[in-house]
Amino acid sequence: MTSTVPSSTPGSDSTIGRTEGPILVVEDLTVTFPTEDGPVSAVQGLSYSVEMGKTLGIVGESGSGKSVSSMAVLGLHDAKSSQITGSIRIDGTEVVGLSENRFRKLRGNTVSMIFQDALAALHPFYKIGAQLAEAYQVHHPNASDRDARRKAIEMLDRVGIPQPDSRVDDFPHQFSGGMRQRAMIAMGLINDPSLLIADEPTTALDVTVQAQILDLLQDLQREFNSAVIIITHDLGVIAEMADDVLVMYAGRCVEYGTTKEILTHPEMPYTWGLLSSIPDISASTDARLIPIPGNPPSLFSPPTGCAFHPRCGFKDKVPGRLCYDKMPELATGSGRVEHLKRCHLANPDAIYRAEVLPEIAPDLVEEIR
Amino acid sequence: MTQDPNAEAQIAPSEVGANAADTGERQTTGPVDGAVGVQEDGYSDHEVAVASNFEGHTASRLDPDAEPVLEVENLKMYFPVKSSGLLRRTIGHVQAVDGISFQVPRGGSLGLVGESGCGKSTTGRLITRLYDPTGGSMMFEGKDLAQISQREMKPYRRDVQMIFQDPYTSLNPRHTVGAIVGAPLSVHKIVPKNKILGRVQELLEVVGLNPEHYNRYPNEFSGGQRQRIGIARALTLNPKLLVADEPVSALDVSIQAQVVNLLQDLQKEFDIAFLFIAHDLAIVRHFCPEVAVMYLGKIVEIADRETLYSHSHHPYTQALISAVPDVKQAAIGGRRERIRLEGDVPSPINPPSGCRFRTRCSYAQEICARVEPPLLQIGWRHKVACHFAGELGAHPATPVTTELLGVDDQGTPTGTAATPLMTGPGYEPEWYDLKTKQLTSA
Amino acid sequence: MFAYIVKRLISGFLVVTLVSMAVFALFWYGPSSPAKPICDREQGVRCIPERLVAYEKSLGYDNPIYTEYGKFVKGIFVGREIAFRTDVYQCDAPCLGLSYNTKQPVTHELVSRLPATISVAVGGAFLYLLLGVPIGVAAARRRGSVADKALVSSFLFLSSIPYYLFALLTWLYLTVLWEAPVVSDVGYFSPFSDGPLKWFGGLFLAWVALGIFGCTQYTRYTRGAMVEALSEDYIRTAKAKGLPARTVVYRHGLRAALVPVVTIFGIDFGSLLAGTIFTERIFEIQGIGYWSLQAVGNKDLPVVAATTLFSAVMLIFSNLIVDVVYSFLDPRVRLS
Repeated sequence: MTSTVPSSTPGSDSTIGRTEGPILVVEDLTVTFPTEDGPVSAVQGLSYSVEMGKTLGIVGESGSGKSVSSMAVLGLHDAKSSQITGSIRIDGTEVVGLSENRFRKLRGNTVSMIFQDALAALHPFYKIGAQLAEAYQVHHPNASDRDARRKAIEMLDRVGIPQPDSRVDDFPHQFSGGMRQRAMIAMGLINDPSLLIADEPTTALDVTVQAQILDLLQDLQREFNSAVIIITHDLGVIAEMADDVLVMYAGRCVEYGTTKEILTHPEMPYTWGLLSSIPDISASTDARLIPIPGNPPSLFSPPTGCAFHPRCGFKDKVPGRLCYDKMPELATGSGRVEHLKRCHLANPDAIYRAEVLPEIAPDLVEEIR
Repeated sequence: MTQDPNAEAQIAPSEVGANAADTGERQTTGPVDGAVGVQEDGYSDHEVAVASNFEGHTASRLDPDAEPVLEVENLKMYFPVKSSGLLRRTIGHVQAVDGISFQVPRGGSLGLVGESGCGKSTTGRLITRLYDPTGGSMMFEGKDLAQISQREMKPYRRDVQMIFQDPYTSLNPRHTVGAIVGAPLSVHKIVPKNKILGRVQELLEVVGLNPEHYNRYPNEFSGGQRQRIGIARALTLNPKLLVADEPVSALDVSIQAQVVNLLQDLQKEFDIAFLFIAHDLAIVRHFCPEVAVMYLGKIVEIADRETLYSHSHHPYTQALISAVPDVKQAAIGGRRERIRLEGDVPSPINPPSGCRFRTRCSYAQEICARVEPPLLQIGWRHKVACHFAGELGAHPATPVTTELLGVDDQGTPTGTAATPLMTGPGYEPEWYDLKTKQLTSA
Repeated sequence: MFAYIVKRLISGFLVVTLVSMAVFALFWYGPSSPAKPICDREQGVRCIPERLVAYEKSLGYDNPIYTEYGKFVKGIFVGREIAFRTDVYQCDAPCLGLSYNTKQPVTHELVSRLPATISVAVGGAFLYLLLGVPIGVAAARRRGSVADKALVSSFLFLSSIPYYLFALLTWLYLTVLWEAPVVSDVGYFSPFSDGPLKWFGGLFLAWVALGIFGCTQYTRYTRGAMVEALSEDYIRTAKAKGLPARTVVYRHGLRAALVPVVTIFGIDFGSLLAGTIFTERIFEIQGIGYWSLQAVGNKDLPVVAATTLFSAVMLIFSNLIVDVVYSFLDPRVRLS
């Protein structure tokens, strides 16, 4: 199941004294939760890697396993109620099976995570500054309270909170939604992590605030040269932020490659569905939305064969009952750049250009070569 | 909330039940012809036919001659703010909606966009009289809905229906789908009791649900299906106007398109006018031939779709549109330049003087703080409220409104009489041309 | 905040006034004359109608109710004189009437019995939290384990025993069968100033009975609140920061879970202060609860009225305290 992983050109001159290679390598990751109705595999056979200074976008719907897999990277699943196999290496350290005490030292330090809905993710009873200072002090045990507070103010200033030295004593509910997300980012970056995982960081925010936050993340990434994983259901966010994109469906990777490659030459009908079911701000208004019929599958009784086949409009182009009976392997696509896809279709690129693209973006048929 | 971090997986059991039951029923009928094949979900053949048939699903067209079904003029909603002291005096007002005017054409759709707190949802609730407006008028079928009592409103509730954002909380979990959809029929005593079920099943079929599922409960349905139930309930009384408040924003992306297409089909089939309220500019652009942009309780720009999205004249509209991530352009490397808006929306309790957007506007000058820009018709179907109205990158250096308002460039009255302005909800055949500063017509 | 407290005090005062009117009216309009118990009490003679009328006249029951209620209120603030037929007694402010039984001012006895009740209440309430909260936290952390399930079901069993039975069994086991040291075989109240050991020995049984029985509820509350708190997003954030499990559970989880527990505790503490009838009766502690029980038996109407009023004041006051404390615990309430 271990497949070659596309890596974006390692041309970024990482000035930090790190050895070469990606900061995060995930190989054949499987996360299973035992439930009363039997074990549920929320993530299966997932492999990917992220380089310093690069952004990986993980896209999928609710239940696709995109959040579950990222929480596994941070070791946030309760060991008693989850089973994790495969390999996760953070900066060369294998963390699957790592002791809680050693894992804890990586969390919020080498790898940190920011969450959707900062109002719920920040503790309502503690001041913003205290929550930031706590994150700093747990990994800097020698830092005094005053140092930690100064650091908190500095970080709030860095993420663009006005009057940080007075706002540091505010409670989360006194911040606006955008400011809370900024404070969350400040907390995530306070220990200068090598990898930042952002789980739907802009989902609950207005578009102009979303734009502010995305800009901020990009600016900070340039400044800290950290690797970023951005988890979202919004391909627009992926398109603007990510160097690489990984599409998940029913707990598995179904397509993986550079963002430009995946968005211009998608080879998996689910990705086509995602692209054709959202309206575009600049597309022709006569373009129609082509929804993906049905609902995401239940993890308790996943479909046989290809998990997407019940919703797939192209399975009759595959001979026999292959789609119904056999899970496709994650195989190299026909594109020019390394590109992985999980689909039985023999010539997906041709089908996409001939049948899908003219429907969803007739104006782009010529431009995408 | 669930403690298990595997919240995603835990949603599943109810769906398992529903899906399993459906599969059982469906498999007896065998795979349906066409693109979709075996149905694992609760949609009827109707929906599959629609989904596989790429005809239809287009936005309603702008019909400039259509009569307005709803005409809102100078609508206001002020919520009192009480002091925290002993006597709880009213110390101010949240000016949630402050004098907005627009028309919704019969069978057409007007989109209402803006960020949270701009008053778009309040507007929707005013039109359905969930709130009593502070001022203004809402003419519907020759009757001013703003003036009548809740009792007089009852017959109009049949004609003006609402679809809510959250399909999880807007349906009573203890009522069956049949009871939810059929309730308006019995409340308004339109159909004899024994005919209600038939009508309910008809409606479920129309929205693409299995009509045999009338005796199930909302928790047996997925989010998209619940939103269909909400739509069926809204359709029960053959409304003339549907107020859709963020109808798809709580749904998964792949499901959003299903619901948008359904709404478009219903609009055509039943000739329903829509007031489509959403923060997602792309969805609104897709659905509505006419769009109004709100900021802090006011309409700042209103125009037909092409004009608004390609030739907007208000700096806020321009910033809003530039903030929307664009998948297809970004994919081919054509990333557009974003306009950064600094800071947050000011408090609607103490909105900025003059133009409410001026505190975040890079073009703002003295006049913007002193004189409120009127919502001025500057094109065939285009109104904008800005002293420096102009296309992106071509905002004029001096205010365009001075002659009309009788003020100088700083906003000081010059003594010359102000030109009477067209402030009605509709459009005039003549408008104020920004280049010539004269009234022009097509 | 200050305005809020003043507002709550005013509304609390209004409720107390209404309760006092209700209690007053209840006895006034009772099935027999309110003077009958004291008339019956005279030794050796039957309460003949003439004597009853004389009592009623001297106690003012022939006046309209509002006049007498006015006198009662006046007595609370400035004191008054009360006549039992020919004998006139001085009742100083705050006067809650004279006991039919002892002809002494009710207030004096109330004050003298207060230390016992407060001692029982403080000790019991202390055990509620001391046992309930840690056990609840431990159960919440091991949610779903065998230990958790065993604890939850055994505590459910304990709390479904009627309290008086539980208290009697505690007494039986600890003193008669086990003959626990220090503890006397009947309870009593000895003031703290007469020696802590004696004070402790007399109240120990009552505390154990109250504390163990009450802590089952607090375990349930704490466990429920902790389970909810531990599933909040901010707990996930705390873990993601790399905080040790202890810090996550106590500083982030328990801090939030305590808010509802403290709310319930405040109200419970108020009702303990109002008197624990069963506990005081079973362990023979001369507190307010025992006294009110005796007063009912003796048809000592002024005492019954006074203890009822006292309970109401305690409950209203504890509610006020809870609300104020609550707003200090939750900054979202305090700062809005």
